[in-house]
Amino acid sequence: MTNENNNTIAWQNPMIYLLAFSSGFCIMGIELLGGRILAPFFGSSVHIWGSIITVFMLSLSFGYLAGGKLSTKAASLHRYGLIFICAGIAILPVAFSSQGIMEAIFLAIEDTRYGSLLASMALFFIPTVILGMISPYSVRLLVTDKNKSGQVAGFLYFVSTLGSALGTIITSFYLVLLFEVDDIIMVFSSALIMLGITAMIFHRVNQSKNSLNNHTSNQQGAADE
Amino acid sequence: MNKLITTLLIAIISNALISSALSTQAMGKTIHSERSLYRNILVEEDSGLRCLKFNVKSAKTQQSCMLVDDPQRLVFNYTKMLFSSLLINPNPEGILIIGLGGGTMSNVLHQIYPKASITNVEIDPAVIKVARNYFDFFENKNITAVAQDGRIFVKRAVIKKQQYDWIILDAFNGDYIPEHLMTQEFLQEVKSLLSDNGVLAANTFSVSKLYNYESATYKAVFGDFFNVKNANNSNRIILASVKALPKPDIIAQHAKALKEKLSPFNVDITKISHKMISTATTQDWPPASPLLTDQYSPANLLNLKN
Repeated sequence: MTNENNNTIAWQNPMIYLLAFSSGFCIMGIELLGGRILAPFFGSSVHIWGSIITVFMLSLSFGYLAGGKLSTKAASLHRYGLIFICAGIAILPVAFSSQGIMEAIFLAIEDTRYGSLLASMALFFIPTVILGMISPYSVRLLVTDKNKSGQVAGFLYFVSTLGSALGTIITSFYLVLLFEVDDIIMVFSSALIMLGITAMIFHRVNQSKNSLNNHTSNQQGAADE
Repeated sequence: MNKLITTLLIAIISNALISSALSTQAMGKTIHSERSLYRNILVEEDSGLRCLKFNVKSAKTQQSCMLVDDPQRLVFNYTKMLFSSLLINPNPEGILIIGLGGGTMSNVLHQIYPKASITNVEIDPAVIKVARNYFDFFENKNITAVAQDGRIFVKRAVIKKQQYDWIILDAFNGDYIPEHLMTQEFLQEVKSLLSDNGVLAANTFSVSKLYNYESATYKAVFGDFFNVKNANNSNRIILASVKALPKPDIIAQHAKALKEKLSPFNVDITKISHKMISTATTQDWPPASPLLTDQYSPANLLNLKN
């Protein structure tokens, strides 16, 4: 019984790393597609990338702040999974209502610099804030030993930034050649939601095993007496 | 320490040698060079021929050339082939040129049609400046240059309900294709800017897969169009119009009427008229080719593949 329980615990950390990897992959994949999405309305000049990168950096910074704060209260895999599900839902408007949003901004603002900045804000701010919450929350779930906290954080950054690198190259080299922009966004969204659900299921399984384990160990303790 | 100094010295010397070897490789004398927001701009002159280049090493990157002593004589074949548009509409009054280059097309068109209003759209302000300073690019109240992305200019013009008789899309070169100027949505916007007799002339450089995708996209938006090609060039001119394409006898008639007018500019319109091939008779791409859309436009990647 203890063995099985150890198995699930052993799988918990690799799963958190996998989720962090995927979120890194999705963040950069979406950022890259951002250029493609804005181009028909705001062109493909250097300031388009200025707008997109500014918005992503800004929202990630707020996301880190919010994720860190959130992790101080009752941190659990369940809540961790919820963050993924929220992120997956928050990027759906990029696929479904970006045209209308960009058209309205295009009509309201002549200067493409501020137009593209506002459009990237409207499309990417909320999902990227939510995706930014994942890193600090992962650290909270992974760190058990204060002495190893730096090592854990370092490995987490390694994994999630590796995900970002792969998300960038795979999206720009291959995915845009194979699929439509909206389809790729949909795949990112469903992947995030599925990973979130997986984390939540994991949490359930862990919890039931834990209570079962506690129960049996209590019984054993009673028998020993 | 000594080792470090010798390594540094070797590095500096070899660097200088390599760069001087590279610069002598480039033809002609560089009379102006600058790095703009988008590219390296070079103006080179060689035995009376002044050329605008957007890069050094590649031979494909000559954008625009002018004979210093005879500026109105057109040098490039593709610029001459653009005049095939006049065989569809011989009297354009409003002209839109997307992609300025040296501004030679704008200058020549102004001489042929002094009353026509010509709007040049160029994404790079530095190119406009170079055209003014080195290629005698001429502006007045009828001829303007706007520094803007072509797609945005077109979108705004659609909202303002502007109309043009002739739209020249010359924003592509062999090195890089602005992918948002290749899509079905963009071509639809361009089409809605064309007047009843309007013609679109696009100078494109697509090869392999992109050729098929591009052709299918133009056909989906405009129906049949003319391909105008030189046997030895990698580029082609796509001629599309809102109305049905004119019959060969009308084209011959227009060619006859324009012959005198265009010969001073080194344009042999009769010869060019023979190069126009309608896609109604010759469709040189697979009919099931996918379209380029705002959702799917990896034009540069498609152009890489063989």
